[in-house]
Amino acid sequence: MLGLNKKDTALFLIVIALTILAPFILNPFPTNSAMAQFNAGYPDLMQRFVIFGIFAIGFNILFGLTGYLSFGHAAFLGVGSYAAVWMFKLFTYNVIPAIVVAVILAGLFSLLIGYISLRRSGIYFSILTLAFAQMSFALAYSVLSNPKFNLTNGETGLQVYGDDPQIFHGAGLPNLPHLFGWSMRGNNQMSFGAWDFNFNTGYYVCAVCMILAFYIAIRIFRSPFGMMLRAVKSNQTRMTYTGLNSRPYALAAFVISGMYAGLAGGLMAAVDPLAGAERMQWTASGEVVLMTILGGAGTLIGPILGAGFIKYFENIFSKINDAVLHSWFSFLPDGLEDVVVALIYPFVGKGWHLTLGMLFMLVVIFLPGGLVEGGQRIGRFTFRRRDAKGSDAERDAANQRNPAE
Amino acid sequence: MDAIILQILNGLDKGSAYALIALGLTLIFGTLGVVNFAHGALFMIGAFCAVTVQRILNLSVTTVDESRTDFLGNPLKVQTPYVENWFGPEIGAAISDWSVPIAILFSIPIMLLIGFIMERGLIKHFYRRPHADQILVTFGLAIVLQEVIKYFYGANPIPTPAPEAFAGSLDLGVMFGFDPNAIIYPYWRLIYFVFAALIIGGVFAFLQFTTFGMVVRAGMADRETVGLLGINIDRRFTIMFGIAAAVAGLAGVMYTPINPPNYHMGMDFLVLSFVVVVVGGMGSLPGAVLAGFLLGILESFASTTWATTTIPGINQIIIYLVAIIVLLTRPRGLMGRKGVMED
Repeated sequence: MLGLNKKDTALFLIVIALTILAPFILNPFPTNSAMAQFNAGYPDLMQRFVIFGIFAIGFNILFGLTGYLSFGHAAFLGVGSYAAVWMFKLFTYNVIPAIVVAVILAGLFSLLIGYISLRRSGIYFSILTLAFAQMSFALAYSVLSNPKFNLTNGETGLQVYGDDPQIFHGAGLPNLPHLFGWSMRGNNQMSFGAWDFNFNTGYYVCAVCMILAFYIAIRIFRSPFGMMLRAVKSNQTRMTYTGLNSRPYALAAFVISGMYAGLAGGLMAAVDPLAGAERMQWTASGEVVLMTILGGAGTLIGPILGAGFIKYFENIFSKINDAVLHSWFSFLPDGLEDVVVALIYPFVGKGWHLTLGMLFMLVVIFLPGGLVEGGQRIGRFTFRRRDAKGSDAERDAANQRNPAE
Repeated sequence: MDAIILQILNGLDKGSAYALIALGLTLIFGTLGVVNFAHGALFMIGAFCAVTVQRILNLSVTTVDESRTDFLGNPLKVQTPYVENWFGPEIGAAISDWSVPIAILFSIPIMLLIGFIMERGLIKHFYRRPHADQILVTFGLAIVLQEVIKYFYGANPIPTPAPEAFAGSLDLGVMFGFDPNAIIYPYWRLIYFVFAALIIGGVFAFLQFTTFGMVVRAGMADRETVGLLGINIDRRFTIMFGIAAAVAGLAGVMYTPINPPNYHMGMDFLVLSFVVVVVGGMGSLPGAVLAGFLLGILESFASTTWATTTIPGINQIIIYLVAIIVLLTRPRGLMGRKGVMED
């Protein structure tokens, strides 16, 4: 289907099904039950899943395929957000032109930065991208928000005010980002027994974008261009010796991933018309690196899994405070309960980053392929148990597919 | 003229911190070939060693003084630090006043230990992994260390004053024939600079004039050959990692009076220190020190009113701008050698 082979078509259909049915899948617990805090099916969180999914898919096209570790990708996300909010301010609240302009501007910006940064590789490339991103952050945070030339509105964040021109803003249209009249905040709630399911316009706009982004990523992964990028990763010197200039390919990958980041930034502004400089800070760049590695760099589905995993547990873990913990462990004897709570408490609530950091270290140390490799290993383990003879052939085949690096 | 000297002096303290962290980073990179993103966290842990020492020295016992009453008529509760009980009020007060210099002694063994544990427990397994993996795992470690500190010490900066004897400023200008009050420089910043210079000198002397340092330098040049000669180079490199951690820690301890430590100071300095290392030239120790001071001074010049009115915001971006220009015109950095990180 659509030029994909059977396996990719299956994967693509699974992703489509998961994103379309997410409001159901992510709300497995009845609304008023004690487990409802583990539900993730509310619009804000679902939007974050798909937006960061797009961001991570794009980052993976650069890092997973070419091996260039960029520590400055958040800058493109920030540029996308600012561009989209400016479109809202100047022209119209319709999200389509805003997203298109966000992608184009982020692409141009990444072309500029990529052209300079890709002259170096390895750690130098990481530092250069980091330097550019921090520079953009500093510029957006303070320099470009002086009264004479207020491009970013500094610390407050860029937002739409009542006296903005909005020259194409129609009279009957909602006064918030909308898709041809459907407000992005529009939400249909469907009650089904004890369950409530939310269907949010903003979420579905983002979901359609992610499905498109995922499709393009599959096509890139399977194209001769993707093969070239993998060759850049595995041995750039040999590529140069064969008389091929690999830089245009790497640059193309960089620009594509920058455009993905711009798309994510534009969508962020579309669901919430506010753009702040902290989106460009290098911790934000670090976050997308975490997502991609955690899910599995170089795999198709990994970045989406990683983004969903991090955003879900960030949300769930931050909600758990000591009162919740005490209620969970109330079945234990009093002294033991306090000990257990005291042991777990540093890792939940505000300590979510501690858990994330440890998890990330464990993944990098023991599971360089991320969650995807973990799943594969479990699958292979069960397979081997069932049929010891077949597993060797399977492992050989797997080794040939992903030669050890 | 005096304004220029003042700006150079102002750049020295930040430059010293950059130089010390970059020196440690380069030591680790030059010996073990590992890009340590957790180095900023070591700097921060050093700073929190100072905070811990200050807290320990200010631990106090509460006694009830029956002879005096507070405004409600209750007996007054008096808090006396243990050190004052043990050593008498004057010496005790002096000890808790000098908590930062005392923390130096306290932090060296701790930082060495942390360095050893880090190298043996984690970094050792990453020698043969790609640089990207090293960056990622140390980045994860930095997050963990940072969050641990945040858990124990909270998110707010903790003021850690210098000893009162160094609280004031020195009128440096008079000594060199300028008008009084033209060049005023806080004592502690001067001490920081001298301290940094001593440590840098010490590290260089250690590498240059001791047998141990000679072996380490040989190992940096050709690890395999040194190993073939029957020298346990791994153990020496581990010790060098500990020393690099201690250098970062000391930089952190001494920096606390200049800037109250908070849990993310390490990350703030780390990004800049990496830029410093790259500008100086990956793997070059003198390059790291030179670039550290240069960028510190440049940053201070860019922060003057004249510079910020000419080009707004130049103080925020100058270091990155310089780094980009240097990397593009001199790809190996100011003093980088051929063959180091060329891939």
